[in-house]
Amino acid sequence: MTTVIRELGDEQRELVLNMGPHHPSTHGVLRFVLHTDGEVMRKAVPEIGYLHRGLEKIAESTTYPGYVPYTDRVNYLEAMFANEAFSKAIESLSDIEVPERAQYLRAIAGELNRIASHNITIGCITMDLGAITPFVHLLRERETINDLIEALCGQRVTHHYVRIGGVAYDADDNWLKQVEKFLNHFEAIIEELDNLIVYNEILVKRMADVAVITADDAVGFGLVGPNLRASGVDWDLRRDMPYGIYPKLDFDVPIGAGEKGTVGDCFDRFVVRVRELKQSCRIIRQCINNIPDGDIIGNVSRKIKPPKGEVYSCVEGARGELGVYVVSDGTEKPYRVKWRSGSFSAMSIIEHISEGLMIADLVAVIATLDVIAPETDR
Amino acid sequence: MTSEALIDYVKGLLGDKTKWADPEAGDNFLTVASEDWKNICQTLATDKKCSLTYLRNFTGTDYPEDDEIELTAHTFSYSEKHGLIIKTRISREAAVCDTLSKIWPAAIWYEREIFDLLGVSFNNHPDLRRILMPEDWVGHPLRKDYKQQETYRGIPTTRPA
Repeated sequence: MTTVIRELGDEQRELVLNMGPHHPSTHGVLRFVLHTDGEVMRKAVPEIGYLHRGLEKIAESTTYPGYVPYTDRVNYLEAMFANEAFSKAIESLSDIEVPERAQYLRAIAGELNRIASHNITIGCITMDLGAITPFVHLLRERETINDLIEALCGQRVTHHYVRIGGVAYDADDNWLKQVEKFLNHFEAIIEELDNLIVYNEILVKRMADVAVITADDAVGFGLVGPNLRASGVDWDLRRDMPYGIYPKLDFDVPIGAGEKGTVGDCFDRFVVRVRELKQSCRIIRQCINNIPDGDIIGNVSRKIKPPKGEVYSCVEGARGELGVYVVSDGTEKPYRVKWRSGSFSAMSIIEHISEGLMIADLVAVIATLDVIAPETDR
Repeated sequence: MTSEALIDYVKGLLGDKTKWADPEAGDNFLTVASEDWKNICQTLATDKKCSLTYLRNFTGTDYPEDDEIELTAHTFSYSEKHGLIIKTRISREAAVCDTLSKIWPAAIWYEREIFDLLGVSFNNHPDLRRILMPEDWVGHPLRKDYKQQETYRGIPTTRPA
């Protein structure tokens, strides 16, 4: 589609502009059709599907354990959570017990993954709004996490670490010490982040009071995770519908408070993520202090045939509720798999909130909603 | 409410319009007739004690042996901390259903996805068009009898053997 001027009658006209599919601020291949009047948008319509890989169709021809590596590809920034959501679904269908040590390891690996993912998000938000330096700092920290996870399971991005019934590899004491060393270093970086960028006046002005999402809209459009909490809805699956080891852990859930403007604006979505970094560090420390010895994987046969039935399983990923709906017909292969991702719902609200925004503000909206194109398209 | 209490309450609220599954494994769910689909969803979303205001997930599954497509809505209430799975079945040939987008705006995109991948149309949907596949793609991939087209705009869709 090319840029066109549309006549609306009564001497009214609008300019229809294309943003993407290749655009530095769209975080992957996705396209927006902007209906503009000068610098102001009448609406922005997201067009997705450029990264559709048919992950749900592939599931129909793959065995259950064979599908776990595919879940890594749902979202390249939070592979741990997709592994965990799918494994959890099969565990609850087939009544598989997960050993306690494996649950601790899942929590440690998951929270490390959350920090890595939030680092990218926070860095991208600042970069999209014109500040490159914080992105470079945060990417450096993410490298250390990638190194740690590589030492744990041999993979830096597509981990395939969480398996049905437990985890793939055990962590030794030296690795846990390395993680602790990283946390000592990273907690200082979080403080530095506050001083370096969070309250930077230009950044605050670009985000405060921009694209406010009310709590009703957030719930109605199905926003989840940090986006939902930024709108003032106090909900975290790890605390409110606990799974794994989370009931034994002590942590706070940061919610949007309208610190620099209105509850649910871009700044709240940004700052909620910054605050979550610290809580993830708290969780990892508790896990390292309390991790018991024992098995890392339960009694799982090579061929898994869950009984007939269906299950919806979800975990609190870096982008909120990452859910998977699995229908089993009693054979080795899933009858139906459906992914419910935070980015998909976040993308669906953009058309609704875009009216009256400036084009430059759309960049802030996409960045703070933390939309990841592979996760919307699957 | 606990899930048992919610099931009892919904049974009282909807009477004989509901059919409950009692599966050996996995989640329990409620099936309603497709004519009642929209009204029952509306009731459950707005009823004070249910207040299922969050459409967590909405999808379809193809069952060619029954000649039906099953629509599954996972709903949830943040205030009451309970959830309910509501289902309906429609015929594969006609494959039409009422839209839920007036009740839960999240359904706008979920229904576009079901339309795209399973070929189900939704009455009164504000923007019903393909979402993941290209506009000129042939067929609906998640139907069990789907055969992928050999070429798309002259490009082969499979690798040469």
